[in-house]
Amino acid sequence: MAGGRMQLELSRVVQGRSRLGVLKGLGRTGQHSLEVPGCLLYTHFGTVPHLTQDTLHTLRNLPSVTQVTLSNIAEHQEVLEEFKDGFRKFAGLHDTVVYCSLHDPATLCPTGYTTNKTVSVWGSGGRIELTVAKFMALQKTVQPDWYQSMADGETWQNSTSRKRVRKSVDRTLAHLDECLLVHQKSQELDGVEVFGVVEGGDILEERVRSARETAKRPVAGFCLDGLQTASMDQRLRTQLITAVNKELPEDKPRLLQGVGRPDEVLACVEAGVDLFESFFPFQVTERGCALCFSFDISPDPERAVLELSEEKDAAGDTKQNGDLNHDDQTQMTSFEINLKDKRYQDDFRPLVEGCGCYCCKNHQRAYLHHLLVTNELLAGVLLMIHNTSHYHGFFSALREALAKDKLDLLKTRIFNPLNFTDATKTGMKDGLCASRPHTG
Amino acid sequence: LAARCSRVTLKSSPLTLRIVAECPVTKARVCDLILPHCTVNTPVFMPVGTQGTLKGITVDQLEDLGCQICLGNTYHLGMRPGPDLIEKANDLHGFMNWKRNLLTDSGGFQMVSLVELSEVTEEGVKFKSPYDGKEILLSPEKSISIQNSLGSDIMMQLDDVVSSTVTGPRVEEAMHRSVRWLDRCIAANKNPHKQNLFAIIQGGLNSKLRKACLDEMTKRDVPGFAIGGLSGGEEKDDFWRMVTLSTDHLPREKPRYLMGVGYAVDLVVCVALGCDMFDCVFPTRTARFGSALVPWGSLQVKQKQYAKDFQPIDPDCQCPTCKRHSRAYLHALFKSDTAAMHHVTIHNISYQLTLMRSVRQSIMEGRFPEFIQSFMKRMFPSRDQYPSWTVDALASVNITLQ
Repeated sequence: MAGGRMQLELSRVVQGRSRLGVLKGLGRTGQHSLEVPGCLLYTHFGTVPHLTQDTLHTLRNLPSVTQVTLSNIAEHQEVLEEFKDGFRKFAGLHDTVVYCSLHDPATLCPTGYTTNKTVSVWGSGGRIELTVAKFMALQKTVQPDWYQSMADGETWQNSTSRKRVRKSVDRTLAHLDECLLVHQKSQELDGVEVFGVVEGGDILEERVRSARETAKRPVAGFCLDGLQTASMDQRLRTQLITAVNKELPEDKPRLLQGVGRPDEVLACVEAGVDLFESFFPFQVTERGCALCFSFDISPDPERAVLELSEEKDAAGDTKQNGDLNHDDQTQMTSFEINLKDKRYQDDFRPLVEGCGCYCCKNHQRAYLHHLLVTNELLAGVLLMIHNTSHYHGFFSALREALAKDKLDLLKTRIFNPLNFTDATKTGMKDGLCASRPHTG
Repeated sequence: LAARCSRVTLKSSPLTLRIVAECPVTKARVCDLILPHCTVNTPVFMPVGTQGTLKGITVDQLEDLGCQICLGNTYHLGMRPGPDLIEKANDLHGFMNWKRNLLTDSGGFQMVSLVELSEVTEEGVKFKSPYDGKEILLSPEKSISIQNSLGSDIMMQLDDVVSSTVTGPRVEEAMHRSVRWLDRCIAANKNPHKQNLFAIIQGGLNSKLRKACLDEMTKRDVPGFAIGGLSGGEEKDDFWRMVTLSTDHLPREKPRYLMGVGYAVDLVVCVALGCDMFDCVFPTRTARFGSALVPWGSLQVKQKQYAKDFQPIDPDCQCPTCKRHSRAYLHALFKSDTAAMHHVTIHNISYQLTLMRSVRQSIMEGRFPEFIQSFMKRMFPSRDQYPSWTVDALASVNITLQ
């Protein structure tokens, strides 16, 4: 098989599980790299939501890997085939590594359409059914640098039976073998990396089986599927990921699909995950919220304790609220503030004090509030810039924490007791977002 | 006494018009309009940023496109977030973080066009707030007060707006009232040294009324004049006649702002008729529907025919959208993300500003008549497709369309 040059160089393994390093040899010429733990750049059809090149490039240190999804691309297969030169060129993406996943992590698909031979994606015109043949034809047309093999991950619902979970593991393995067969014969995919997908729902034995079997195949790394935020609590997720990672080779990267909340990311890094999808900032943007949790790990543990109690006070304060859209509230996390809230009407501070992003350097909460209340498109643009910047800042801090043995300090920031299940139901709190300077 | 005098500084006018070139054939001119925030090169097209934002575009992007002045809307901003908040934010410039010039209209047009339950009296325009149903009176004083809070570089008087399709005594009543309201606006302006109040010539499609309005309003020492009451549903044949009548009787040394005009053909012709400034929601609004403005008309990017069209919207266009993206990509992107709208908005603003820049350049180089010829040739498939009003209007300024 003509594989690529992807190589994971680990510089540290903390407490036997959290890994720090660099994924090198990315792209057709192998000149790109991605620090791990890290995240991919989430896009809709090659575009970071709401952003054009100018607004996107106000962000520095963007991930070198751009994620595109077949759910966006599949319906345009004919156009891409006529274009011939691959998706990267079609989308005007310069100098980036293109990773192609099957589904869009921000949207849960309808279930019940997967068969032994097919999976389905939903485009703007409806459902598109994919056989391995069609899946691989798409890969040959998209010409990504790296893709996940076709997989059946429809096990995230609580009611999934053991039998169904077993089927998803079997099918996914069969799809992988078929994909690899086609891949090996395709010149167009010379140098392109393939990730195998580990399934298994919430059943430990199936997870282990899937991991063991997938690891036997000649893949460059592993996607962990069916562990999405909506599917299970973190305790179980950690348990399953830990068991899975025991079966996977240490020198190959692990990409966790569908998990993006900072607390979950942290826990999964501790379980040995290397890569994440960055759809979380997009979801926060769509509900008119701004990420503002602190990931400050500067060396002052006493200050950290002081700040923690200050946060609790602030949270107590904030129980009197203005109007709040109930829908926002149920999904909102305490990593964010809801800018539609009346309290921001005359708040002339930036979203996050000390944040260097374009939005925080140029605009104030009151302006964002106005844009949201008046339904202006610019709200999405500015929030996406800030939320993306903040999220990548978090990953940067995470790597720094691993490098400097400060993971515990970061955990006190992220695993704030206010953060657990009650937080989202008992009313909006500034929670982790009491405004204070942070490095970012 | 001497000490006291030295503290009194003679404040320069917040508007200076320098006429840079005049077309020897038509009535077109090129000016530099020096305003508090920066100089504006005219002829100028001013994009409309209704609610303190240009839909989906950052102020940096707007600046990079070369925009020197854009519009904010007194009615909308007066409702949300309201003048008090904007004052706290260091006026509209501070609130939006726009460092160049702003023009605000009076709110009068929205009153009449958006709000059904409006009643016009000598006092002002009465209407019911769409947000809480309370009755509000927008008087000349109130409009100026809001605009003073917004801190725009150019403010518009509150005029008694009547649709251009209305005829009869109402038109005359509105014209006279607009003159009286102009005086009230002038008196109400708290910041004559920072903010320029423009008058708006009314009179509908009636030359006599319009001339009377011109005679009266030009007696007032305002820094600039707008030509209003046009660009509604009226016939183009009447439209251009009122425009040229107005520019004939407006002072040469003051800017002429033709309100609500933004179609490319209209811009070029009205520059020839002597107008300096224009505004219109059309280019930015139509962009959001996937309609891209090009020298040969417009291109509906969402149409099937562009799905496999791999050239940019306009191969000659230098805007960020055309330099990077194809029609096919944009066509597909409209199905996936709002950014597709932003790409087309940027292109359309670029198109409008570039058009004005080309017009300006051609006037300065003494070749505006030639420019008009090739512009029309590019825009229409053949000579007999030229709208008759453009032929007549241009003929009136010595241009015979070939």
